[in-house]
Amino acid sequence: MRNLWIFISKYNAFFLFLIFEVAALIIYVKYNSFQKATFINSANEVTGAWYTRTNEFYTYLSLKDVNDSLAHENARLRNQLKSSLYVDTINKHKVTDTVYKQQYEYIVAKVINNSTNRSNNYITINKGSKQGIAKGMGVISNQGIVGKVVFVSDHFSVIQSLLHKDSQFSAMLAKNKEIGYVEWGDDMDPHKGLLKDVSNNAVPKLGEQVVTSGYSLFPEGIPIGKVSNLRTRTGGYSLNMEIALAVDFSRLQFVDVVDNKFANEQSAVEAQQKKNE
Amino acid sequence: MSRSIIINLLRFVLLIFIQVCLLKNINVYNLTTPYIYILFILLLPFETPNILLFVLAFFTGLIIDSFYDTPGLHAAACVLLAFVRILFISITVQKDGFDNEPEPTLSIMGFRWFFTYALTLTLFHHFFLFNLEAFSLSEFQYTLSRFLLSSVFTVFLMLISGLLFFRRKERK
Repeated sequence: MRNLWIFISKYNAFFLFLIFEVAALIIYVKYNSFQKATFINSANEVTGAWYTRTNEFYTYLSLKDVNDSLAHENARLRNQLKSSLYVDTINKHKVTDTVYKQQYEYIVAKVINNSTNRSNNYITINKGSKQGIAKGMGVISNQGIVGKVVFVSDHFSVIQSLLHKDSQFSAMLAKNKEIGYVEWGDDMDPHKGLLKDVSNNAVPKLGEQVVTSGYSLFPEGIPIGKVSNLRTRTGGYSLNMEIALAVDFSRLQFVDVVDNKFANEQSAVEAQQKKNE
Repeated sequence: MSRSIIINLLRFVLLIFIQVCLLKNINVYNLTTPYIYILFILLLPFETPNILLFVLAFFTGLIIDSFYDTPGLHAAACVLLAFVRILFISITVQKDGFDNEPEPTLSIMGFRWFFTYALTLTLFHHFFLFNLEAFSLSEFQYTLSRFLLSSVFTVFLMLISGLLFFRRKERK
């Protein structure tokens, strides 16, 4: 034991080096996703072949369980189908907004691809131009606004989600109708958004509803989130605040695409006015 | 003792500042990025205990990492640097022959020794750093050229700073 101690203290530089180097490398591999992926993949190459072999055998043994679970899944899917049909019939109903004389139609769609963890997130849905979806339409879910359509094919569309660096939607505080715009928060948290450029006269309270203003793609009053943090800052012309988003983007299943029947007419008129100026 | 702590602290702050505010933006043809901050570890006094040396190297690396958003990368390279420093000094320098805590600076140790010292340690540090950053052998040539050019640049900056703070006749 004593000899060991002498040995260690004699070569202490080397042992200290080992300890710190291992600590640094652990931090490095753990917190850098690229190295992590490479590291794990190279580990899998060694063990992967073995796992595929054993896996084939196990799948054969568990066929009965798989059958059962598939039957259950069929039942569950049939239930979902019913509910989707139900939503569909509701949304064929046209909403007439008497204040703005606008007509909105909703097209229900299923989310088939989704991401929330990138700095620019997109959602793919299973309805496209054949079902009447066009570029630039707004998208909502039953919880609140989701994003807008940026790309349409015959049967699919890609939605630029609110969780996107370029997404901005007109919004207002539900109580006193102060207008601002909503965008994604700056720390890539899928539950957080920012409400910006609200007039200084507004006195927002924590927990107050933030809804769409009706000036953009959406009808008025669709929920966006609740005020979760007032960033009090003095001397600015406008208020910014954090909001907790109403939609849980990671669990999005069905969305409704908002078809504003008068969008073309409105933009044409606005373009004409701009031309006249 | 306290004087050398203050000097090293100032040097640390200054080097981190230069590295983060100035050299982080220098990137010639995507090839050379000088990492002058390792000069802090190079210039610690000879009598720094090993454990303190490693701790300082580790945390210097982590601080740089926090600015470069690569947790662990610079820390790993700096710990290797500290180890190579210990080996190099134990081979080339007689430890007992010094009074009033000298440091391995250009003005004390002379040009030849300091140049070899800086070059060796920089090569080790940069080689490890760039290869760990690339983490693959597929672009080895590119990594190698980055490593060599950056090393030249770093050593060049080190010599300039050594000459800038040159004080004659310190060696007794």
